[in-house]
Amino acid sequence: MTITAADNDAPARGRSLFDDARDRLLANRAAVASMIVLVAIALVSVLGPALSPHQFDTVYRDYVKVPASLDAYPRPEQVEPGFMSVAKRARMTVDGYERDGDTVIANVTSKREIDPRSTRYFDRSDLFKDAQLTDMSADKKSATIRADINYMHFYFGTDANGRDMMTRTFIAGRVSLTIGLLATVVAISIGVIYGATSGYLGGRVDQMMMRVVDILYSLPFIFFVIMLVVFFGRNFILMFIAVGAVEWLDMARIVRGQTLTIKRQEYVQAAEAMGVGDGGILKRHIIPNTLGPVVVYMTLLVPKVILLESFLSFLGLGIQEPMTSWGVLISEGARNLQGAAWMLIFPSIFLTSTLFALNFIGDGLRDALDPKDR
Amino acid sequence: MTQENSRTVLSIRDLKVDFETGTGTVNAVRGVDIHVEAGETVAIVGESGSGKSQTMMAAMGLLASNGRTEGEVIYEGRNILGLSTRQLNDIRGAKVTMIFQEPMTSLDPLYTIGRQLAEPMVVHGGLSWKAAKAKALELLKLVNIPEPERKIKAYPYEMSGGQRQRVMIAMALANDPDVLIADEPTTALDVTTQAQILDLLRGLQKRLGMAVMFITHDLGIVRRISDRVYVMKTGEVVESGETAKIFAQPEHLYTKMLLDAEPTGHKPPVPDSAPVLLEAQKVEVEFELDSGFLQPKHILRAVDDISFSLRKGQTLGIVGESGSGKSTLGRAILNLLPAGGRVVFHGQQISGLDKAAMRALRKDMQLIFQDPFGSLSPRLTVGQIISEGLLVHEPSLTGKDRDVRACQALEEVSLDPVMRNRYPHEFSGGQRQRIAIARTMVLKPEFVVLDEPTSALDRTIQKQVVELLRDLQKTHELTYLFISHDLAVVRALSDTVMVMQRGKVVEAGTADAIFEAPKCDYTKELIGAAMLTQQQMMETA
Amino acid sequence: MHRYVLGRLLSAIPTLFLIVTISFFLIRIAPGGPFDLERPLEAKVMENLNKIYHLDEPLWNQYLLYLKSIVQLDFGPSFYFRDFSINELFAQSLPISIQLGLSALCLALVVGGTLGVVAALRQNQATDYSVMAAATLGVTIPNFVVAPILTLILGVWLGWLPVGGWNGGAFVNVILPVVTLALPQVAVVARLTRGSMIEALRSNHVRTARAYGLTSYMVIVVHALRGAILPVVSYLGPAAAALLTGSVVIETIFGIPGIGRYFVQGALNRDYTLVMGTVVVVACFVIMFNLVVDLLYALLDPRVSYD
Repeated sequence: MTITAADNDAPARGRSLFDDARDRLLANRAAVASMIVLVAIALVSVLGPALSPHQFDTVYRDYVKVPASLDAYPRPEQVEPGFMSVAKRARMTVDGYERDGDTVIANVTSKREIDPRSTRYFDRSDLFKDAQLTDMSADKKSATIRADINYMHFYFGTDANGRDMMTRTFIAGRVSLTIGLLATVVAISIGVIYGATSGYLGGRVDQMMMRVVDILYSLPFIFFVIMLVVFFGRNFILMFIAVGAVEWLDMARIVRGQTLTIKRQEYVQAAEAMGVGDGGILKRHIIPNTLGPVVVYMTLLVPKVILLESFLSFLGLGIQEPMTSWGVLISEGARNLQGAAWMLIFPSIFLTSTLFALNFIGDGLRDALDPKDR
Repeated sequence: MTQENSRTVLSIRDLKVDFETGTGTVNAVRGVDIHVEAGETVAIVGESGSGKSQTMMAAMGLLASNGRTEGEVIYEGRNILGLSTRQLNDIRGAKVTMIFQEPMTSLDPLYTIGRQLAEPMVVHGGLSWKAAKAKALELLKLVNIPEPERKIKAYPYEMSGGQRQRVMIAMALANDPDVLIADEPTTALDVTTQAQILDLLRGLQKRLGMAVMFITHDLGIVRRISDRVYVMKTGEVVESGETAKIFAQPEHLYTKMLLDAEPTGHKPPVPDSAPVLLEAQKVEVEFELDSGFLQPKHILRAVDDISFSLRKGQTLGIVGESGSGKSTLGRAILNLLPAGGRVVFHGQQISGLDKAAMRALRKDMQLIFQDPFGSLSPRLTVGQIISEGLLVHEPSLTGKDRDVRACQALEEVSLDPVMRNRYPHEFSGGQRQRIAIARTMVLKPEFVVLDEPTSALDRTIQKQVVELLRDLQKTHELTYLFISHDLAVVRALSDTVMVMQRGKVVEAGTADAIFEAPKCDYTKELIGAAMLTQQQMMETA
Repeated sequence: MHRYVLGRLLSAIPTLFLIVTISFFLIRIAPGGPFDLERPLEAKVMENLNKIYHLDEPLWNQYLLYLKSIVQLDFGPSFYFRDFSINELFAQSLPISIQLGLSALCLALVVGGTLGVVAALRQNQATDYSVMAAATLGVTIPNFVVAPILTLILGVWLGWLPVGGWNGGAFVNVILPVVTLALPQVAVVARLTRGSMIEALRSNHVRTARAYGLTSYMVIVVHALRGAILPVVSYLGPAAAALLTGSVVIETIFGIPGIGRYFVQGALNRDYTLVMGTVVVVACFVIMFNLVVDLLYALLDPRVSYD
């Protein structure tokens, strides 16, 4: 063989560790299913509120705490009493009530003149739309009202204020996922920079930096988060800082340990013996080899952060009304346990499946990146 | 080849072992017949992956949970293969006992030596704990443990590897076994300790008269202790018979190759006119040992006052047991760790130079490591690994130039350049060591420190790597500092040899002088332990 | 040994001091005060209250006063529960939290440990997979989801157990809180035990034990489990501290008068002494249990010694 082989031969492509890891991950059915679930939840959370017929903060006063159902509201038996009560509010007496498919036709009388604008009473009700006054009598004291029944679906039911639970669950997902991702990025960035610096510098600096971490570990941090949030008001940014400040410690330890281990590896010594500088060693050897554990830890941190946010929200210390998050919804559900179980069940399913999926992906990634049988 | 007879105590017949793995079934052992007679020592020899250990593990019911067995293991006329754990436990540890390769981990770290020695006696011999402890003390004396009264209360972490292996032997003898299976019992030990353990085993066998099955990869040990030998390769016995006969007239090609794998030959001397390339004067390295908070620092002299000079084309062999400071010396010479003394390379003093000043010199002085698995970055392709040095030392090269140079280097170490886009984990140990050699050769160095480059490899592979190193030295006029505990390899490659013990040079001289007429006791002990028998000396001379 | 314990306890003092200091000033620089009610109090009353609670003095003095009282183990009067001192509040609530936490801890250790060992012995079989799936479930589902759902099923729909309340610690009232509190710990302990047990069963010294025909009990319990329990012990230290000092969620949902609820209540009402008291108690528990774990570790592993 001659050297020209280098120019034209297509050299055999090797399988990198990354290729292997990807294949192992894709062979892990639980992880793949989890990824699909996670993508689905993320899509629904991002697009759902826009596609849903309801706004997340629209209050339907006529549909307070209605159960989840695939059928449309109002129910047939709700239409007549609903109509009657609206008519009463509009100070009308209903003489003849007739229901024709999706329209209600009624003859109404009133002691006073019927104001044409009183159709608003019907339009404003959540049950009817397009109300029209026809056949107004000469004295304007009786007329016929035609109103279409306003059908609406509440697939997840409504909450104690009459807001659509489905839209609220989706929007809550948006909030929870965003906080999960952003706070994780905060925590990971602090942790990686701190840990890598400590590990790479080594020696006394390393000892000092890790001593600080040890001290921070012994503080009851969850209390500090609660204190921060309670005393300084509940805002979004503070939440990131609080969560990020708590969760970076582990990452720093992991990255430091990893950096120290890799620094001791013979391939790093080999590079040093070849005269490769610090930059090259960091770029080609240390960073690529620490990446695995960081990614794994990140996947496992997102659910932890979501959980922490939900926990704070559950205590009433998180997101403020009318915005909401899964933790807020679950705490409302827990308070309305008796009689409105759907308020608890749907957000719980979403939160749990997200956490589940993330944990499975994390475990799958760990197995894929660090197979013990190699 | 001897047949089974009335004296046969344990016989393995047509044993097959398969492992179910994620990627399919692995046939580790494919129909093996082995037997041992009372009072006889049988060696089972083979390289890593030959299935020699798995055969015995399977016979004792100790396979990993994904292992399947087939065949028969006859002990006292009964097939014990596939017996329930309870039935098997009447035999294991009582009639048939085992010693393992890893003395450091084979004992439970959480219990005292005495307690662990007593356990099998309580379980099998029906002894009370007190009686068992008393007998344990006797056993410790039998295996020559110093201060047995104190050691019986010690935990494994308080003992050295050799002492732990003695404890394992004591444990194996506790219930007067018929068969003792020793699975590479000396591989993890230093040569001098190795020799002591082998002597102990041989002496005990003579006194107690049990059968010994000795698993090893080391032909020297086979010749020294066994009556009969089985040679295994890829799960099969390829040859068996009387030890003397096999060594004298090997029949199978593989056996011949194994016997021939002892590195031989001699390095032609370098003419006196060759210029001095490297000179070391009074090199010393000290380590501060961490001895806990606020306690006086403990200082270890890893390298103590060592001087030598090397002429171009020479090889200096450095011999010593683990912890003798030989690897540290190699790194100190390359200025990879802070050291005292003076090192002069090409007339330029390099000690005390900082990283930047050293960089230009690194091209000419290189290092090759022992572990071919740890010394290659797992996330870079072979091509990237080999050409990394070029990025630093010849930054003007284009990517294509570097690729060409990597191909040349690969061809030089007899690897197909087509492989350069593959990753290290796709290669075998021998191939990886070749890649590591290619990485240094691409820079065209003058001086290379070889830190046990062949120790992690099987004998047959070892020989090829030694040949490669020798050829490279010849073509490029390389100067080597060759560090090894393997005396045979050092002898085959070196002009001069230094023997190190606890950081100091105890003896130095030409290779022939050291090996043929050692003066220092320690050198004599090393050479004796390494079983460079008179006969082998004749062969190599 | 005694010297070591003493040393550790002494070294806890600066940590505690740090915690007290940080918490004290953090609360005080926050906006709002304990008497900022929706309907403002009369100026005279306010002045009196401030005087009683030393709020009229400079912050520095208040800090020193607090340090002085805390050294005498007096956590001061509560700002919100005005008839009680913090010590009285804790005397009532801490035993309840400890009882709850201790029960949960024992449950977690026994059930989780057993499940973990069983799964490890049946590695990669159906039993193993189902235990691990259940454990993942247990770790993943937060207790503020488990608690209401269990209440919904067992309390509301089936009516077997009371929906909430402490009722002086009656057995039926304790079941749900203890189970919910223990579930995540059971899961973690099971996962940890399984992992370290598998490693232990593969280790060389367990192979030795098997090769010497020791009984299954000796192999599994004496040789494998003792080593495998070590990581569980070091996990249980902080976990125990967290469990015994009360769970905000569990106590809120089940209406249990434990110490966990006080923290959130105290924080929301700017009850300075209550918040400080809780922080100090929790910190003490954390420090104490870390010490207990280290001592336990030395007891189990002869390689660790503190002499």
